[in-house]
Order: sequence, then C-alpha cells, then structure tokens
Amino acid sequence: MIVEAGQLALTFAFALSLLLSTVPLYGSFTANQRLLLLAKPLAFGLFIFSAVAMAALIYAFCTSDFTVINVAQNSSSTLPWYYQITASFGSHEGSMLLWVLMLCGWTALVAQFSKALPLLLQGRILGILGLISAGFIAFSLFMSNPFARSLPFYPVEGRDLNPLLQDFGMIMHPPTLYMGYVGFAVAFAFAIAALMGGRFDSVWARWVRPWALAAWLFLTLGIMLGSWWAYNELGWGGWWFWDPVENASFMPWLAGTALIHSLAVTEKRGTFKSWTVLLALSAFALSLVGAFLVRSGVLVSVHSFATDPGRGLYLLAFLLVVIGGSLLLYGSRMNSVRSQARYQLFSREMLLWGNNIFLLTACLIVFLGTLFPLFHKELGLGSISIGEPFFNQMFYYLTIPFALLLGLGPWVRWKQQQVMPLIRPLAMVAVAALIVSLGVLASMQSVQANLALLGMLLGAWVGISALAEVMLRLRQFGSISKGITKLNASHYGMTLAHIGFAVLVIGVAMTKTYTTERDVRMQQGDVATVAGYEFTLTEVYELNGPNYGGQAAELDVRKDGQFVTHLHAEKRFYRIQRTIMTESAVHARLSRDLYVSLGEELPGDAWALRIHVKSFVRWIWLGGVLMALGALLALCDKRYRRKQTQREPGAEHA
Amino acid sequence: MHPRRQKRLIAVVLVISLLASAIGAMLYALQQNIDLFYTPSQLVDGLGKDKIKPQVGQRLRIGGMVVNGSVTRDPDSLKVSFDLVDTGPIVRVTYEGILPDLFREGQGIVAQGVLIDDTTIAASEVLAKHDEEYMPPEVAEALKGIKHVPPSQQGAANATSTEGRY
Repeated sequence: MIVEAGQLALTFAFALSLLLSTVPLYGSFTANQRLLLLAKPLAFGLFIFSAVAMAALIYAFCTSDFTVINVAQNSSSTLPWYYQITASFGSHEGSMLLWVLMLCGWTALVAQFSKALPLLLQGRILGILGLISAGFIAFSLFMSNPFARSLPFYPVEGRDLNPLLQDFGMIMHPPTLYMGYVGFAVAFAFAIAALMGGRFDSVWARWVRPWALAAWLFLTLGIMLGSWWAYNELGWGGWWFWDPVENASFMPWLAGTALIHSLAVTEKRGTFKSWTVLLALSAFALSLVGAFLVRSGVLVSVHSFATDPGRGLYLLAFLLVVIGGSLLLYGSRMNSVRSQARYQLFSREMLLWGNNIFLLTACLIVFLGTLFPLFHKELGLGSISIGEPFFNQMFYYLTIPFALLLGLGPWVRWKQQQVMPLIRPLAMVAVAALIVSLGVLASMQSVQANLALLGMLLGAWVGISALAEVMLRLRQFGSISKGITKLNASHYGMTLAHIGFAVLVIGVAMTKTYTTERDVRMQQGDVATVAGYEFTLTEVYELNGPNYGGQAAELDVRKDGQFVTHLHAEKRFYRIQRTIMTESAVHARLSRDLYVSLGEELPGDAWALRIHVKSFVRWIWLGGVLMALGALLALCDKRYRRKQTQREPGAEHA
Repeated sequence: MHPRRQKRLIAVVLVISLLASAIGAMLYALQQNIDLFYTPSQLVDGLGKDKIKPQVGQRLRIGGMVVNGSVTRDPDSLKVSFDLVDTGPIVRVTYEGILPDLFREGQGIVAQGVLIDDTTIAASEVLAKHDEEYMPPEVAEALKGIKHVPPSQQGAANATSTEGRY
C-alpha cells in the first residue's frame, strides 16, 4: 500500500510540476497576477509530494519489501537499518528520486525566500524550476520507476547493497553532491528568468549570489566527502583518480567557482553581465552532462550505474533541449545587454577575469580528458585511455599562475589600481611566504627544489597574502578590534576560502612528494619498516559481521621504539553479493596518515599488505572544508537579507 | 589608437596567447598520455585494418580473461604473473604488488603497463571492477559470440576455489 502511495505521490508531483512549469510562466506573459501567485503554493506542493514519494521508498527499504524490484536488488534483510535507509538512494532509480527531491527542495526554498523578488521574476524562476523538475520526474516515473513491483514472483531475500556503498561516507556523499548539482539549477533559473525579462543589474546579481554560493558549498563538500570515501573504501590509498565520474562533478565545480567570482563583479560593478549569465547556464549544463555521463553508461567507472540505452537517450535529449534552449535564448537576448562600467588593465575586474579564464581552461582540460576517449572510440580509432599523468601535468601548469594571481587579487582595487602602493606589502608577503616554506621544509630536513617546495611557496603566498589583506582592511576601520565587527561576512568568507585553497595546494604538493608507499608480504610477527615507522603484523583472524565474513589484521606501529598506535584492517567478504571489500585502517594526524589495507592471502600463511605513510593528506580535505566554510560565512552576509527586505515594497515591476 | 582601446587590445592579445599556449601544452600532454587498448589477439596479430603491432617499450592497456591455473607467485615477494586470453593467443602479464580484491582466475581484467617483449607485459596497475559479473566492455566486445559464464554461475568446483574459505 505504502509503495503504491509513493508511486501516486510521485505522479501527483509530476502533475504539479507540469502546472508549475506552465501556469506562472503563462501568467508572466499575460501579466495575470493571480496565475503568478499560484507559483508559490505549487512549489510547496511539489516538494511535499516528492518528499512523500521518497519517504515511501525509504519505508519499502526499511521493511525489506522485496516485491519492489529496486529493494530486492539493492537491499537485504541482514543489512543494518541505517544502510537500509541509504540503500534507498544507492541504485540508479533511488538516486534519481533523491535528485528529484533535492530539486523540489531547492524550488520550495526559492519560493520561501524570494519574498523580496518582484512577483513576475519569482513566477518565472519557479516556473523554470518546475520545468526542470518535470523533466526529471518524468524520467524517474517513466524510465526508471523506483517503485516497480515484480509481482507475482518475488525473491524471499534481497541481493544486498553493493558493499562499496556500505560506509558512512556513502550516507553523506550522494545527498551533499546532489544538493550541489541541483543547486545550480536555481542559478540557472535566475539566469533564464532574467533573460526573459532582459533585466540584469547588480540587484539581480545580489539575488543570485547566495543561491550560487549555497550550491557551490554543497558541491565542494560533496566532492570532498567523495574523495574521503574513496580513500577509505577503495583500499588504494588514493584521494583522487581522475575517474570520469569524479571529473563529471569537478566540471560544474570549476564553472561554479568561476560563477561566484564573476557574480561578485556583476554585483559590485555592474559589468561582466553576459559572461555571468553564460556561466550560470554552463554550471547547470555541466551538472546535467555529469548526470548523463554517470547514468547513460557511456563511460565505465566505479560509480556508473547499470546501463540502459533508453535512459541515456532520454538524458541526452533533455540535455540538448536545456542547453540548446538556453543558448538560443541567450543568443537572442544578450546582444541588447551592454556593460557600462570602465576599468583599467590593472584592476580587480581584470584579475577576476583572469581567474575565470584559468578556471574555465581547467574545466576545458577536464572536459577534453574525460570525453576524448569516448570520441576516439566512436570515430573508430580504437579504445584508448587517458591516464592520470595528463591531468596532473595540466593542473600543475595551471595552478602556478592561478595561485600567483590569487595572492594578488584581493589587494587590487576595483576600476584602477596603482602599482606602487602594492609593492611594499606584497614584497613582505612574498618574503614571509619564503621564510615559512623554507622553515617548514627545514624542520622536516628536506629543503630541495621539488614539488613540495613549490606547493609550500604557492600555498604560503596565497594564505599569508589573504591574512595580511584582511588585516589591512581591518586597520582601515581605525583599529583591528573596531574593524573586526564592521567588515562584511562575505569578506571573511572570501579570506577563509582562499586560505582553504592554500591549505589544499600545500596538502596536494606535500602528499605527492613525501608519501611513502610499500606493498609487502608479511607473516604473523613480521615487521615492515616504512618511512621510519615499524609495522608489526601481530594477528590475522576470521571476521563475522552481520552480512559479511572475511579476515581482519591487527598491527602495532612503533617509531623509534615508542608505541604509536594499533591498527585494525579488514578484508570483508559480503555473502549475498559475493564481493570482497577492503576496509583500510587509518591513523590520522595533521602531518601524516598511517594507512594499511589488507591484500590477498598468499601461499605459506603470508598476507599481502599495502602500507602507506601519507604526509599531509588530511590537509587536502581540510582545505576543501575551509573553502566550504568560507562559502557558508559569505552566505551569512547581512546584505543578502537586509537589502531584500528593503526592496519589498514597490519592487513589483521588473 | 585610443589609449583605452590599446589597453583592451593588449589584454585580448595576452589572453589569446595564453589560451593558445594552454591548448598547445594540453594537446602535447594529451599525446604523451594516450594509452591504446589491446586484447591479447590484437597484441599478437596487430590492431585495426593495418594490423599495427605495438612496439616493445610502448605503454599500453591490455584486457582479457585470466587463464585458469596460470597465476604463479613468487614465494618471497609480491611478484606475480598470469596469462590473459581472449579468442586464441595468450599474453603473459607480470606484476609486483597487490592484486585487486576481485582478481580471480577466469575473470576479465584490464592491466596497464609496458610491453617488454612480443607477448609479455610488465604491468604497473591491474584493474578489476567491483562486480563479479563485470567484464571490461572492450573485452566483452572482443569476445562477442563467445559465451561468458559469470563466476557466480560456474560450477561449484571451480568458482569456490578462492571463496570457499570465507
């Protein structure tokens, strides 16, 4: 019954999304206020019905209703309850429903927090979001129904959740990532609505900014969680593989980063308008490309779902309609938009433009590297793969100028900046960066001209420059203690996010340079020495979990005779899916991770073990988290709320 | 020329040259990092219409089924070697390190490595997907027409040889 209710709710949601995508838009063109007013209740209704559908699916999973094909294939009665809940979005069908729910959630949020928007614009934005929802709900309903039953014949036990997905990271990773992907739909809807009305100004940019920031925040967190999850669950000790699906999430992130920077220019200076709109369109378009790549089966990776050509075709058609339609509108409307403001060559506008160029070049690299093998194969030139070295090399070249500019950016004024006043503070920053980097590396007794030194220098340059710049701004208020409450939250947010980037760069460079990795063959009692740490394999024994068996290894770690920690690594065999999974043991410190994963059993009572001492690997995720926190801080900026309430009266004409 | 236009021009030229060099570097890097995919028979007979065989020392990817009983391990280290087959010729792969969890005899795998003689590859990486039924798509294509029996449906005698312990 509940399952049928879920199906019904989804059908209702579809009907509501169709209404939402037609009624307010029609009202907006016929200036019918009553129709426009309908947008809000329709958006709330859409969210409620999609939430009911998701709840029904979760219910089916928690009660192990194996008559539902989706449940039978992705869950089992022995699965712990929390994984039963997450299994509801572990499959293609379920994750599509989650995607729909998130989209409707964003739509409802827009409806709730858009009181300040002119009614016309509000109706159009919600209408566009309704149109996108309709596309996805139809896909869920007709192409990948999560509620499909297999009656009258159904299995007595489910096929269990893919063991890879039975991890805490998996509980958090997909919802966060989807929030990010789908969040860019809001910026997209704002852009389309503005294109329809032909109005772009700093007010418009101020409305879009928090939404773009929020989406970017979730996407950043989602990508970081994914990286952390891969590190723990895949047993290779890697944190980024340039896997096609990782790339699919990285592309909208890069475009989104460009968007939030370009929006700053549009808000503060009223220029870059057409560029900003184009970025808002592309960030969401790239999210859709990502969805297409993952779900159509054109690319094979750890993430991809079971393939079905019909689904791929639908998504491709949807993608083409969205991209084609929005570009057509863009082309026909954008030539009338002119930016008035003038700026000199050395100005913040130009530097932010440079930032955008670098980010989009990075995006292009990822795009080419991901899709080139696909084209190569379709052209009949044979199967190829493009390895990590390509991406690593390209990002190496890109990061250097990007970080140098990033350290400079916040210091430079809008419109025009004289060179002379900046020389002294920036020289001091550069000297400080040099001292800090050499100091850190000297304390590790390895000052060499290597990647670590470069990364430290760039990171210190960006980080110290961001800190020094914020101190300067605070001093401009009279004294630091006076300024600390007066400076905008968004300025702190920017500083924090830039420091996050610095931390990330340092983390990547240090990990790449100083990580020691060894694969060893060990018997019980053997000692392996890796980077000064002595790993003793004390015991290997049989495991007995709720839905898995396998082996566990116990290791003691000593350094210079001192006991450091005890590690517990598992190799699980999931009985129902008949899959082996590695649960690696990690002992984390800010300066290094001890990482052990248990490999295969070898003849002669020996085991293969993968032992890594990974320097500064935590800094990579820490950097990502700082960036996300920066976005959160920027979101708290008073002006996004204050201005909106001020605008409320008389803001009805757009 | 108007000074403002001149500045614009400089900016545009700067960006274009930057973009051009970026794209140039990108294409160069791309060229260096393309690894062609072979199956064992393509490796022996040559690839495509022209039957181009890979040269010794070339980086490549090879995908095939691990021949039953061909996995030999060095007793004192993690050195291991095994044979790959698709429709006839057999290619030997050597590797030092930990094989992926799902590496099994009779299973399709992909190895990335360097060709060291006509039929031997020194692998730097061995990939097997986390799915028992999985065959690399390239292998599946090459094997079209040959029935692939997933390990879970094979007779108990050979399928449980590695799993029986659990």
